[in-house]
Amino acid sequence: MSVVLEARDLHRHFGGVKAVNGVSFAVEEGEILGVIGPNGSGKSTLFNCLLGQIPPSTGQVLLDGKDVTGMKPIELNRRGVSRTFQLLQVFPQLSSRENLILAGQEHIGSRMKRLFGRPDAGLSAAADRMLEQFKLSHVAALPAGGLSYGQQKLLDAAMAFMAGPRLVLLDEPAGGVNLSLLGSFRERLRAMNAQGGSTFVVIEHNMDFVMSLCTRVMCIAEGKVIANGKPDDVRNDPTVIEAYLGH
Amino acid sequence: MNQPHRVLPLALVLLLVAGLAGSVLKPYPIYLISLWAVYTISAIGLNLTLGFAGQISLAQASFVGFGAYATALLLPHGVPFGFTLVIGAAISFILGVLLGFPALRVQGHYLAFVTLALATIAFLVFRNESWLTHGTAGIDKIARPIPFTSDVAYMWLCLAALAVVTLGVWWLLRSPWGRAFLALRENPVRAASLGVDVRTYTLLAFAIGAGLGGVSGALFAPLGQYIEPSEFALPLSFSLLLMVVVGGSGSFLGPFLGAMVSVALPEVLRSFQDYYLLIYGVIVILLLVFSPDGIVGIIARGVARLRPTDAPVEPKP
Repeated sequence: MSVVLEARDLHRHFGGVKAVNGVSFAVEEGEILGVIGPNGSGKSTLFNCLLGQIPPSTGQVLLDGKDVTGMKPIELNRRGVSRTFQLLQVFPQLSSRENLILAGQEHIGSRMKRLFGRPDAGLSAAADRMLEQFKLSHVAALPAGGLSYGQQKLLDAAMAFMAGPRLVLLDEPAGGVNLSLLGSFRERLRAMNAQGGSTFVVIEHNMDFVMSLCTRVMCIAEGKVIANGKPDDVRNDPTVIEAYLGH
Repeated sequence: MNQPHRVLPLALVLLLVAGLAGSVLKPYPIYLISLWAVYTISAIGLNLTLGFAGQISLAQASFVGFGAYATALLLPHGVPFGFTLVIGAAISFILGVLLGFPALRVQGHYLAFVTLALATIAFLVFRNESWLTHGTAGIDKIARPIPFTSDVAYMWLCLAALAVVTLGVWWLLRSPWGRAFLALRENPVRAASLGVDVRTYTLLAFAIGAGLGGVSGALFAPLGQYIEPSEFALPLSFSLLLMVVVGGSGSFLGPFLGAMVSVALPEVLRSFQDYYLLIYGVIVILLLVFSPDGIVGIIARGVARLRPTDAPVEPKP
């Protein structure tokens, strides 16, 4: 399999704080890589460096073998990279359906064609299918700001898939999603991975969720990779246990 | 009230009623209806920039001025009114693009000050560059286009222009562009991560809003048939801002209602003479305290009370 995403010796310093301190890893096509680590270990900063939200201090990010270090989020999105954020990032005044249409519309035709084309950019049916897959059909017409936290999280994740991305980086997608929805959410992500051929990188604190979803897990502590391997191997790694429990 | 497709017929009916009423009124009310139509066009432009795309601008009066001076200066040279309107709108559109560039780097209060600087520069140009603008003496005897020379005919021209702008902005807001503008206002970081070109849409929001200011100015000049620099100074920018906020920022109908209040209220309060501005100010303060989403917000809440309550949506497992 080909490598989709690769980080080479990434560093990101904030003054004297080394939030990301020499991280290297590669993600192969079709993989679901879980990124775990205690709070403040540098996971979200790593995501932000990979996705052009903040430039790394040193190091390289490669997408399909091409250097994309520091490339702006919009450019990465055009190259098939999608993401969710740790905190909710839906558009509260738009309906759930409109949120999904927005998430896909900029990938349809030229800007002028979109102005004079259909108001929904031809994405209503795709948005409705996505709502159904994420069990949100019953709130399709409601403003996203009025949904429960868990529903907004699901919508947030669904938006990341609207443009048919090659690589999706999900930052704590399960946070706040209730247990009854979590199982079907995991299955949905698995199906997206299998059917769509997307490659995932998932930051998550819910160990059961990440261990049952991911094909490989990488643990970060104090900005460094301390374990990288099969989920069970990482779960039982003494270094990982020590990083989490502090002994 | 925020859904353009729902309120478009209402806006067009409002224009028709205003026109029919104006046709049987005396010259001064006809002038006020024409002024309302002209200011509404400019307020719609500012609402697009501020209300929908979330970019503050205190320079809208300058764009009205560019449109007005383009018309007033070109008409005597035999340029048809339609062309002067397009030229005025184009000048404002291009300057709007230039004004948009600072918005890519600064936001909020800082952006307000940048636009304030442009408004000040524009006013100084209108006032001091007498060789072109005739300075404080102003430009008079601005001809109205044939066959819209009478007060009533010119009022219909202003209302027709407002109808065209209304339809155009309705089209824009229901298109993916409108959705992108809203995304820009609500969360530019997330919008960029979804492929929305924040840079281009910010510039477009400024440019289209400014262009509509230019259209408004082109209609303003022949309305009073006289223009001078102070008409396009900061008080008009603040007044246009007030129209957007009082009407309901980010709502389709807001500029119509805000401009109506701004034009009509001083007339209603005229009998209070020296106290009218004081009363006007208090009314605006009370409105914004009790209804931050403006008059449209009050109407929307009234309509919601009349409707049967929707059943709460239960999450499905």
